[in-house]
Amino acid sequence: MDSYDAPELTPRQDASSRLKDFFIGATPLQKRLESVRKQTSFIPTPPRRKIPQGSQLQEDVDPQKFAVLLHKQWTLYSLTPLYKFSYTDFKEYSKLLTAFIAAEKKKGLAVEVGDDFNIKVVFSTLMGVKGTERDPEAFLVQILSKSQLPSEHKEGKVLWTGWFCCVFGDSLLETVSEDFTCLPLFLANGAETNTAIIGTWFQKTFDCYFRPLAISSFNLSWMAAMWTACKMDHYMATTEFLWSVPCSPHSLDISYAIHPEDAKALWDNVHKTPGEVTQEEVDLFMDCLYSHFHRHFKIHLSATRLVRVSTSVASAHTDGKIKILCPKYLIGVLAYLTELAVFQIE
Amino acid sequence: MRTCAVMSSQKKVNSWARKRTSQDSSSYQTRLSAWRVKEDLNDSKSISKCGQNNTVEDCEGADGQTENALQIALRYFEKGPIKTSQNKEKHLKTVENVAWKNGLAPEGIDILLSVALSGKFGSAVNTRIFKCMIPATLISEDSVVKAVSWLCAGKCSGSTKVLFYRWLVAMFDFIDHKEQINLLYGFFFASLQDDALCPYVCHLLYLLTKKENVKPFRVRKLLDLQAKMGMQPHLQALLSLYKFFVPTLISVSLPMKKKIYFKNSENLWQTALLALRSRNQGFPSEPLKLMLANVYPIKRKWNSHSIIPVLNSCNYSKESRKKRMNLSDYFSSNGSFPLEQLKSFPQLLQNIHCLELPSQMGAVLNSSLLLHYINCVRDESVLLRLYHWLSQTLQEECIWYKVNNYDHGKEFANFLDTILRAECFLQEGFYSCEAFLYKSLPLWDGLCCRSQFLQLVSWIPFSSFSEVKPLLFDHLSRLFFTSSIFFKCSVLQCLKELLQNWLLWLSMDVHVKSVRNSPLETTLGGSMNSVSELIHYVGWLSTTAVRLESNRTFLLHFILDFYEKVCDIYINYNLPLVVLFPPGVFYPVLLSLDSSILNQLCYIMDRYHKNLTAAKKNEFIHKTKSEFSFSSKTYQEFNQYLTAMVGCLWTSKPFQKGLYIDPEVLGNASVAEYKKSLNLVHHPAFLSYTVSFLLQKQPSSSHPAPSCRLILRPAGIRRRHRSTLESGSWRALKPGSPLLESNTPFLLFSLAFPGFRPCAPAWCLC
Repeated sequence: MDSYDAPELTPRQDASSRLKDFFIGATPLQKRLESVRKQTSFIPTPPRRKIPQGSQLQEDVDPQKFAVLLHKQWTLYSLTPLYKFSYTDFKEYSKLLTAFIAAEKKKGLAVEVGDDFNIKVVFSTLMGVKGTERDPEAFLVQILSKSQLPSEHKEGKVLWTGWFCCVFGDSLLETVSEDFTCLPLFLANGAETNTAIIGTWFQKTFDCYFRPLAISSFNLSWMAAMWTACKMDHYMATTEFLWSVPCSPHSLDISYAIHPEDAKALWDNVHKTPGEVTQEEVDLFMDCLYSHFHRHFKIHLSATRLVRVSTSVASAHTDGKIKILCPKYLIGVLAYLTELAVFQIE
Repeated sequence: MRTCAVMSSQKKVNSWARKRTSQDSSSYQTRLSAWRVKEDLNDSKSISKCGQNNTVEDCEGADGQTENALQIALRYFEKGPIKTSQNKEKHLKTVENVAWKNGLAPEGIDILLSVALSGKFGSAVNTRIFKCMIPATLISEDSVVKAVSWLCAGKCSGSTKVLFYRWLVAMFDFIDHKEQINLLYGFFFASLQDDALCPYVCHLLYLLTKKENVKPFRVRKLLDLQAKMGMQPHLQALLSLYKFFVPTLISVSLPMKKKIYFKNSENLWQTALLALRSRNQGFPSEPLKLMLANVYPIKRKWNSHSIIPVLNSCNYSKESRKKRMNLSDYFSSNGSFPLEQLKSFPQLLQNIHCLELPSQMGAVLNSSLLLHYINCVRDESVLLRLYHWLSQTLQEECIWYKVNNYDHGKEFANFLDTILRAECFLQEGFYSCEAFLYKSLPLWDGLCCRSQFLQLVSWIPFSSFSEVKPLLFDHLSRLFFTSSIFFKCSVLQCLKELLQNWLLWLSMDVHVKSVRNSPLETTLGGSMNSVSELIHYVGWLSTTAVRLESNRTFLLHFILDFYEKVCDIYINYNLPLVVLFPPGVFYPVLLSLDSSILNQLCYIMDRYHKNLTAAKKNEFIHKTKSEFSFSSKTYQEFNQYLTAMVGCLWTSKPFQKGLYIDPEVLGNASVAEYKKSLNLVHHPAFLSYTVSFLLQKQPSSSHPAPSCRLILRPAGIRRRHRSTLESGSWRALKPGSPLLESNTPFLLFSLAFPGFRPCAPAWCLC
């Protein structure tokens, strides 16, 4: 900013009538503010949510693509809407991003776009990863290393994977205009430096903003309840909770593993409203676990902090890391994460 | 001015950038100087010219001689070397003297350039010639083209070639046109091959390159050179410029630390050029320097190098879209105006329809011109981009969100300062800041970045107070009551500014009068309600604060400052609103022992009186009972205050109306003569004035007390100073100025109430 000595030169008149527009609530911007107000003034999360249903995946899903998303640890980020993003320009984007990464890696050395590098960036859509028809299509970005020998596999090793999605993101979709693509949830797996480079490129190109998405203990207990409630044909992992006791020099972690069927039985006792989870049920579920633990070990877990929840559906860490295990409930898990990401954006 | 954005911040950059703009034939500087040369050529064919700004005497004395000598010298050089070396030295001296003093005319430079590059003389002479080839005004493009053809003839040595390029770079600004030189781009580019020439040629190309010059084969060539020579600053500079023009062709990431691409110290003609510039004065070099000073602070995290992104016009998305552009797109995009060239307000006005917006909207915070643009743009997406970026950045940077992150405190404060400057510039708050306040105010400790944070509060856009209160003001009042008096005062100050901003906005809006039907309360009545709720809120804060801080004068000042705004809403902002102060503020102020507080109170009461009178008058004239007629309650309240005030200060009947205290209680307190002790004459607050008056009148007197009372002649004084009041200047009077010398408090009071008579009811408003 160079000088502010002449504020009276600004066309007040114009600004004023524009503000009028905002005040009336006619603009997306005003809608945003309204929703922020609502969010801040009431309880941050709605007191009831749907239990994830298994059959939400659409027909045209490529199971191989899905396999990429499962059994990997993803770091979560929230992402503001992408400006002027186009699904038809993937080729161009991958060319530019490849060159950008190459240039970043050799700081100071210029590289030609379209030149041959030992890496390759691939953009591809993830068909079917969405909640409603209005949700924009999810897409995947991968960095592949090109093998030097042409005789080997055509596509080399995957160095880094990241994907962008929006599942039931209605509240966000309502408040932006058509120039924007809302994909509020970004998940990355791979070296942090690569995430940084790619994030920077996206921020520069589509004027968006990445922020790490941490999951609070409160939300973790919601996850625990919702995922326990999911019907499973067979359980792949035990249900496990991790609490952290802040004490020096090292924090003390308390791990609490339950047989998934026991957990489900407990939940079924707690659960009243069919198809939905309410705040009271979540609290009750956790309280039961606490009192059980207290009876055996005389430790009040409610005084500690829940840092990790793992179930057969998925596991989540408070740092904003998630691993999805069950393909059936992928959409359900993503729906909740999208909700958290949208909340962070607002 | 494309160069700036690509390159790191460097003063040098700016000056090159200036050179780059001068390429443009329409640029002011070039035109002006070109015109000068024409004039020169028309007026006289003489070769030697005095500089434009030289005085007449300078020219006259030795004029004829030097001119001749120079002509002879030039002719000598033109003909080529003659055996007698003594002459050569003499002529060289002549040329050098003229050149360093006044510079050489374009013709002279033309001749010398050919001489130096034709290899007629030895390289020592050539060097000397180059060093003194300083233009008086301009260099003609043709001379340069001719010189390049001499280079092709291959008659000069390598060192002369180097010198030529260095000279060309140094003098680039003074070449009258560059179109033909640009046609030689290919030739210059080929010279990059020569290792010795490469840095200088790079610099020249850097100055010369236009978008059309950037070709894939050139990019490839440069990359080859880079592979061969390693990371050279001059190649980097050229490559980043190429990238700037055609980002899809090349990718380069520059190290974040400041980088000097070309060394300024290599400029042999530095001092001469400075002199030349001052001679050619009149081109707008100064304002350019102020703009676009992009500084990269230390790298913090992967999100950004600095909090606010660097100003770059949209590169990628635009380029990638080009392929699919249809005809109409071509028409509309043809005239698109790159941001980096945006330097002045007139430029903004001319190109406002075809401005290339920054790739990251947050960059506008650093550019006042773009803020102008933001102010009048109706494109919703622009504002949304800014909204998202700003609200996310604020939350990410906010230091009290994170534990142990107080190292970034200063940076965050600077960021807030930038936002506040922008808001102040626009005279409008950002919605993202409001949203940020909702989230961060409940967590604020009241210390971190206090002044910035409170200023953010004062820029909250106008909205329904009752809606915002639970989100913001309830949290603020909690902090208010539990913090020090200084915090209380700064909160009151910020609320005063908030009120002022709202009033300004509303008073503009009333004039705009855009009639709309909407479910929200956008009617004037609704808006007035919101404002009056704000005022009542501050009244409530003040009442409690006065009690908590036991009537501290310092606090009372801030409270009264707020009410100085409030009392004048009807007249100053033309809004139908008069809200009085609560009793909890009025009575402590009335009984204050500080004269300036009483003075301020008198002023405020006077303004209330004027506002209410004006309101009454308007109502009377229009007859129509508008929805904004004030309730009689407001008038009654005012009358009550006034009666109490008069009873206290004037008629010596305190504690009877309004401020009632049972006489028995007063008797029990054994206050003798309490009735008179608060009138103007005996009021303890005015004691200091009385004393200072007496000291002035009778500096050596040992018993000053009696004269004090003799001065009071209310009627006379009142008549005398009526005029002062009417001229509206009474507030400017200071104790000690002649009018107020006798008895200041009384004067203040009588001036504040011109119709003042001891019996109250006559001037009470009903």
